[in-house]
Amino acid sequence: MIEVQGLGKQFTLHNQGGAVIPVLEGAAFSVAPGECVALTGKSGAGKSTVMRILYGNYLAQAGSVMIGDIDLTRAEPREVLALRRETLGYVSQFLRVVPRVPTLEVVAEPLLALGAEEQVAFGRAQTLLSRLRIPETLWSLSPTTFSGGEQQRVNIARGFAHAYPALLLDEPTASLDAQNRETVLTLIEEAKAGGAAIVGIFHDLEARNRVADREVDVSAFTPRAAA
Amino acid sequence: MTPLLDVQSLTKSYGGRIGCADVSFRLYPGEVLGIVGESGSGKSTLLNCLAGHLAPDAGEIIFDTRAEGPRDVLQMSEPERRMLGRTDWAFVHQNPRDGLRMRISAGGNVGERLMAVGARHYGEIREAATDWLNRVEISGDRIDDRPAAFSGGMQQRLQIARNLVTGPRLVFMDEPTGGLDVSVQARLLDLIRGLVRRMGLSAIVVTHDLAVVRLLADRLMVMKGGHVIETGLTDQVLDDPQAPYTQLLVSSVLQV
Ligand SMILES: Nc1ncnc2c1ncn2[C@@H]1O[C@H](COP(=O)(O)OP(=O)(O)OP(=O)(O)O)[C@@H](O)[C@H]1O
Ligand SMILES: Nc1ncnc2c1ncn2[C@@H]1O[C@H](COP(=O)(O)OP(=O)(O)OP(=O)(O)O)[C@@H](O)[C@H]1O
Ligand SMILES: [Mg+2]
Ligand SMILES: [Mg+2]
Repeated sequence: MIEVQGLGKQFTLHNQGGAVIPVLEGAAFSVAPGECVALTGKSGAGKSTVMRILYGNYLAQAGSVMIGDIDLTRAEPREVLALRRETLGYVSQFLRVVPRVPTLEVVAEPLLALGAEEQVAFGRAQTLLSRLRIPETLWSLSPTTFSGGEQQRVNIARGFAHAYPALLLDEPTASLDAQNRETVLTLIEEAKAGGAAIVGIFHDLEARNRVADREVDVSAFTPRAAA
Repeated sequence: MTPLLDVQSLTKSYGGRIGCADVSFRLYPGEVLGIVGESGSGKSTLLNCLAGHLAPDAGEIIFDTRAEGPRDVLQMSEPERRMLGRTDWAFVHQNPRDGLRMRISAGGNVGERLMAVGARHYGEIREAATDWLNRVEISGDRIDDRPAAFSGGMQQRLQIARNLVTGPRLVFMDEPTGGLDVSVQARLLDLIRGLVRRMGLSAIVVTHDLAVVRLLADRLMVMKGGHVIETGLTDQVLDDPQAPYTQLLVSSVLQV
C-alpha cells in the first residue's frame, strides 16, 4: 500500500547563507495492508521528515512515494488533496483547527468531506469521542481551549473517523493517561485488522512493541556527508 | 476534470510599472486558492484582472461557463461579461463600503443582487434576504437597517450575503478579513469555510495573513514583484517553502 524508494531530502536555508541540511538519502521501505511499521532513530534522525513527505507536507528532492497507485512526489496538488480525503490519513502531534468549530464537527469533518450522511458522520464522531473519554459536555465547544491531552484525543478521534487505507501516526500515545493510551492502541489494532497500512512514530516502547510489526531505523538513511 | 478557471500568461502593467506578469494557473471546482505576497506584489491587480475589473495587456482567462463550457472571458462582449459578474462570479472587497450600497437597507443590499438577475416577486426576495442574513448570522430584525449602522464585521458578513445570494460558482475575495479584530476574523473565516464547503464554491482569496490561508486555502500562490514565485499545497508551501522569498515570508511570522 505504501512504497518508498530512493527518497532523498535536504533543506536549503536561503536566508541563513544558503546553508544546506541533508536529512535523507536513498530511503526505502514499504508497508503492506494490515501492517504497522514503526520509524525509529535518535532525535533529529528524520522520522518526522519521512512522515511529512509521506503526507505530501514536505517535498522530496529524489525518489518516489507510492500510496496505492499514486506517486505522491509527482502528483498534482489536487490529486494529493483527493488522496488525503479518501486514502491517506495523518494524526499529527498537535491539533490545528478553525476557531469556533465545535468538537463534534471537527471529528466528523473528514467523513462529511467524503460526502457521508450527517447522521452517520456525527454518530461515528460520538462513538470515538466517548471511547476516548471526552466528556459529552465538551462536544459542542471548540477544542481550542481544551487541555493538551484533550486536544490530542480529539485529534486522534478525527484521524480515526474515516477508515483510511493508509494511516500516518506521529506519537499517537504521547501525553495520554493509561486508559486512553489503551483505547488508542486498540484503535490502531482495529485499523490494522481492517486492512490499513500504518506508519507510526512511537517513543513509547511498550506501545511500539505491541502494535508495530516491524521497525525501520531512519538513521540508515542519513546521508554520508551529514553523518 | 475541466478546470473552472484556466489562466494563461496573464500580464498587466501600469505604464512602465509591472502590475502582474505572466501568471498562469488552473482552478478546479470546489478548490480554494490563496494568493499571498508583500504589499505591491500584484495580488489585487491579478484579482481585478481575473474578475473583469481591469483589462489585462495579454493572456487568457478561460472560464467554464454553465451554458457553453470553456470560454475566454477576455473575448466576451461587455454585456456577457457583466452577466457573468452578476451570476456565476462574486467579488468580496476588502472594504465593505466598496461592495455594499451604504444608503439602502441590509435587506435591499441582498435583494438588489437577486433583482439584477431577474427576481421580481417582493415576498420571495425578502424571504431570500432574510434567509441569507440568517446564514451570515445577522439577526432578521436588522433587515431594514442600513449597513452604516453595522459594525465592520457585520458589514463584511452582509457583503458576503449580498454576493452569495445568487449562487455564484466562483468567488473572488481581496483581504476579506483585513481590518477586523482577531475574534471577528475567526468567526468570518469559519463562516466562509462553511459556505464554501456546503455550496461547493471555488474561491480565490488574496490576503497577507498566512494564518488565514492556512485555514481557508487548499492551494497557495506566492507573488513577488508581479510574478508568481512559488505554488503548491498550502501546508506544503508554508511548512517546506522552497523560494528564498517564501522562506523569509514564513519565518517572519511567529507560528501559523
Ligand atoms: N522545515 C524544516 N526546515 C529546516 N530543517 C528541518 C525542517 N524540518 C526538519 N528539519 C531538519 O531535519 C532534521 C530531521 O528532523 P526531524 O524532525 O525529521 O527529526 P525526528 O527524527 O523526527 O526527531 P525527534 O525525535 O526529535 O522528533 C533535523 O536536522 C531538522 O532540523
Ligand atoms: N492604478 C494604478 N496605477 C499605477 N500603478 C498601480 C495601480 N494599481 C497598482 N499599481 C502598482 O502595481 C503594483 C501592484 O499593485 P497591487 O495593488 O496589485 O499590489 P498588492 O499585492 O495588492 O498590494 P497590497 O498588499 O498592498 O494590497 C504596485 O507596484 C502598485 O503601485
Ligand atoms: Mg519528530
Ligand atoms: Mg491589494
